[in-house]
Amino acid sequence: MTLGSFVVRNTFRNKRRSVLTMISISFSLLLLTLMMSIWRTFYLDPGTPDAAKRIITRDRVSLAFFLPAFYRDKIRSIPGVVAVAPMTYFGNRFKDDRAANAFAQVATDPEEYPKVASDKVIPADQLLAWQRDRTGALVDVELAKKYGWKIGDRITLQSPYFPVAPELTIRAMYTIDPPVRALYFNTKYLEESVDWFKGQAGWYITQVDTANHVAPVSQAIDETFRNSPQRTKTESQQAFQLSFVATLGNVKAFILSICGAVVFTILLVSANTMAMSIRGRTREVAVLKTLGFTRQSLLAMFVGEAVALSVAGGMFGVLAATGAIQWLTHSSLAIGIPAGMRVTFPTMLASLLVAATVGFISGCLPAYNAARINIVDGLRHIG
Amino acid sequence: MAIPISYNVRNLVLRKGLTLMTALGIALTVTTAIFLMALIAGLNKAFVSSGNPLNVLVLRKGSEAELSGGFDAALYPTLKTLPGIAKDSHGEPMTSGEWVVVIILPRKDGTGEVNVTVRGMMPDGLEMRPSAKLVEGRWFQTGQREVVVSKSIRDRFSHANIGDSMEFGKGSWKVVGVFDAGGSAYESEVWGDVNQMASDFDRQGGYSSAYLRATDPISAEALKNRVSDDQRLKLEGMIEKDYYAKQTSSGAPIKVIGIVVAFIMAIGSIFAAMNTMYAAVAYRGREIATLRVIGFSRPAILTSFVLESLLLALLGAAAGILLMLPFNGMQTGTSNAVTFSEVVFALRITWQVAGFAILFALVMGFVGGLAPAWHAARQNILNALRG
Repeated sequence: MTLGSFVVRNTFRNKRRSVLTMISISFSLLLLTLMMSIWRTFYLDPGTPDAAKRIITRDRVSLAFFLPAFYRDKIRSIPGVVAVAPMTYFGNRFKDDRAANAFAQVATDPEEYPKVASDKVIPADQLLAWQRDRTGALVDVELAKKYGWKIGDRITLQSPYFPVAPELTIRAMYTIDPPVRALYFNTKYLEESVDWFKGQAGWYITQVDTANHVAPVSQAIDETFRNSPQRTKTESQQAFQLSFVATLGNVKAFILSICGAVVFTILLVSANTMAMSIRGRTREVAVLKTLGFTRQSLLAMFVGEAVALSVAGGMFGVLAATGAIQWLTHSSLAIGIPAGMRVTFPTMLASLLVAATVGFISGCLPAYNAARINIVDGLRHIG
Repeated sequence: MAIPISYNVRNLVLRKGLTLMTALGIALTVTTAIFLMALIAGLNKAFVSSGNPLNVLVLRKGSEAELSGGFDAALYPTLKTLPGIAKDSHGEPMTSGEWVVVIILPRKDGTGEVNVTVRGMMPDGLEMRPSAKLVEGRWFQTGQREVVVSKSIRDRFSHANIGDSMEFGKGSWKVVGVFDAGGSAYESEVWGDVNQMASDFDRQGGYSSAYLRATDPISAEALKNRVSDDQRLKLEGMIEKDYYAKQTSSGAPIKVIGIVVAFIMAIGSIFAAMNTMYAAVAYRGREIATLRVIGFSRPAILTSFVLESLLLALLGAAAGILLMLPFNGMQTGTSNAVTFSEVVFALRITWQVAGFAILFALVMGFVGGLAPAWHAARQNILNALRG
């Protein structure tokens, strides 16, 4: 019998205890993996190569203020700019006030927006149909699936910001991975319906030629409008999206504190189990020592047991998290969950590494105590 | 006959290490739950304590927040002459036309920029909000580019001390005073003169909202209906208190996250507690058999072990509450779902929160202890005595 199989056998000798410990650890690691994935999506994910070339220009003071239409041509004249599209947030209500029915509705320019958002794939004939119909709409395929929309269907939108209820015809659908459940319609249609909105846009989205030009072009845009009545704030699309996350509060500290609590919980659970397991084996340890097992190998055996147990629990937790996120991002229940969220291989590895480390630390003290047992005392021990 | 509780207490004390570690595990779960519940309690407090039941808020019909409102200033004189409005200190009807905008301010701790509500008001606006007390400096003066900030804005954002200049609109605004709004939603606002603000944001000739102070609750209701029912005005009246009560939906994201996190952690803790209790039962096989021989019934054994598990959980709950108490009153902010601006609130560990935490721990202890206790009660006496 090798040391390895000895460890494995011992790990599962008290099946109930091992299983309970594993379940406990797996739930903690499920949470840890979820938190790490959220962190990665918010702060580490560089996004698609196309998204990395997009920048957003908005009013310096507040997103609530519209920018004049002539800003668009000024942005277009800056070297490095490929395409500029006006964007205006119309609202997110659909049918009723329920959050489950909310999706973003944006007014934009059908001619130029597809050039900026080149990662949204639209069939050529549909795109042409959308560009030709002023009251047409472009929707996400997933969104269309949710509501059973077909090309040519008519829908009516409502907005808390604009006193109109535009009636739109679905002319085109786009696919993008991960899905962006949104609807786009012609800003001209909105301008015609709302007098005071003429010649304005909520913000401008710009495509630059290479990712390296994001910073200099952003600076150049803000510099252009430095002395204009409305100064601008230009940043990468990712920074723009992150600014919304930031309004939720100190998200980083929030995630970190939950992770801390989870890791500490695993440590306690695992240490508890090892203490119980080793305590019941005092006499056995003495026998092993009599047989000639050294302190080191006993120590290695017990620590190995702890690591095996927590890694096994960790694997279930990571798998559960992967499944949960997969299900969440594809279910219509998921509101406000970034569609790009997924458990990557490095995240999985990191989770398992945490499990292994915690298992190692938790096994050390009880194992050390066990390895130190005096043989005679141990043999005499009545467990 | 029941087994005395001191038996369980002494057993927990006997196995100190195990008890402590399991209780700490439960404590951590309880801590997380308290943290999230205290956030929600604080947020609800901010909205529920906001607004005066005598103030009637007037918005454009169809708009739900002051930010998305906006109506013609020509309508304002009509509002001022409506019956049932209280008199201000000058004997005039107590009303205030206001401009509300959202500006971006950088957080002091460098964790990003946040939307903050700026409110331009008429002099009566201050009179209508007696809950806001000046704690430093003076109120802004009409016709001056001056603002007063709430205490929490001063604490959380840079350039918000008395004497500092805030940059927004068409230039800088001098901070002349700091007010305390007692944890209400005003706690997240910056106030100034309405005309100055409107001209800075090119919104002269309009107001985003108007406030009317009614003489009593009955006339407040009448005033609200009168404004809403007048077809020419195309305005909507609502009691200010109701307006803020509706915004408690801002806590929804925290609530959802809180429930998910607490639930997952609770399941982990339940299994850990189960483990501990199974071990307790296993160690005491012979002892339990002896108790049975003496004459304690199976239900008595079952109850005793469930009680022991509950005691363990209670210990965890107490530790969790103690761990969280230092954070009581800590200020934080989140995005208001209705106005998209930051709402500042304090963590509040209320009696309800503490009570709920204890209940939460007891549920964990009960679920975790039931199976092991059942196991203990079902043991065969003879086998156990021999083991």
